[in-house]
Amino acid sequence: MLGITLGISAWGLVTGVAMVKSGLSLWLALLMSLIVFAGSSQLAALPLIAGGAPLWVLWATAFCVNLRFVIFSAQWRLYFGHLPRWQRLTLSYFAADLNYVAFMRRFPDPQAEPEAQQPYYWGGVALNWCAWQLPSIAGILLADRVPTEWGLGFAGVLALLGLTYSLLSSGKSWISAGVAGCAAVAAYALPLRLNIVVAIAAAVAIGLLLDHWKPDAAKPELRA
Amino acid sequence: MSNWEATLGILGLALITLLTRGFFLLPRRELPMPDWAKQGLRYAPLAALAAVIVPEIVLTKGQLVSTWQDPRLFAVAVGTAYFFWKRGILGTIVSGTAVMLALRLGLGW
Repeated sequence: MLGITLGISAWGLVTGVAMVKSGLSLWLALLMSLIVFAGSSQLAALPLIAGGAPLWVLWATAFCVNLRFVIFSAQWRLYFGHLPRWQRLTLSYFAADLNYVAFMRRFPDPQAEPEAQQPYYWGGVALNWCAWQLPSIAGILLADRVPTEWGLGFAGVLALLGLTYSLLSSGKSWISAGVAGCAAVAAYALPLRLNIVVAIAAAVAIGLLLDHWKPDAAKPELRA
Repeated sequence: MSNWEATLGILGLALITLLTRGFFLLPRRELPMPDWAKQGLRYAPLAALAAVIVPEIVLTKGQLVSTWQDPRLFAVAVGTAYFFWKRGILGTIVSGTAVMLALRLGLGW
């Protein structure tokens, strides 16, 4: 997990630079980094803010880009659903991609073990927050000195790519992920990043069809 | 966008971060979901990630890459090879980024 934060940091730095270069003032860029805290939705939002898009377009786009978090949250509930609401609120806000993948690999059994899981979760969150925010703020302050033409921001895509690979388990998951990728590209022209909605729907449909044709006998408990 | 409008937009984005990350965790009762949807959700996390990253790799301003001289393709190929060789995410990032830098700075792609 420590290693992946390198990719997160490079991505944070580039996002910090991108916020200032898109025309946001220093204070707005700092505000965005510190409170929005979601790289892919920040990057999707920048051209919309710069181009003066209506607020509902901005927000709908961010929602679609963040759809993966909606899906992750269904699994977070299995571990943290019993906690009081304010704890669920703070847990939710900080639950980034890296934390999700690392946590699910560490605790594959979907049951609550508060003594082990909460320290692990908060440690991971603190690490991820620093690895994102510090370079992002550095990028905002040093926007003119960080070279963007090197393509460092691609480290963020590579980090998400590695996280994605680590979720691939069965042949069926490969097929469904492939369908999602193709659908996201094919439907890219849709407004509001609805291509992501289309891709998830297509991948889930294919997954269900594959389950119907070739049920996995080994893991019947997962079908509930 | 005026300054106050951008501020409002950013506050809204922060709220969306919270609401999406807590969508199924925040409600007091579990949101009712049919069995087929629960089963289908197994495929959704992977699909959602793939849907965000694949366009970042193969699209340039909304168009499919038209040249093989795109450093992203090579960075992804090397990163992918590393992942399935060693199963390490860090190596995927480092090897892919190294290829990216080499092609951008070395060959000027």
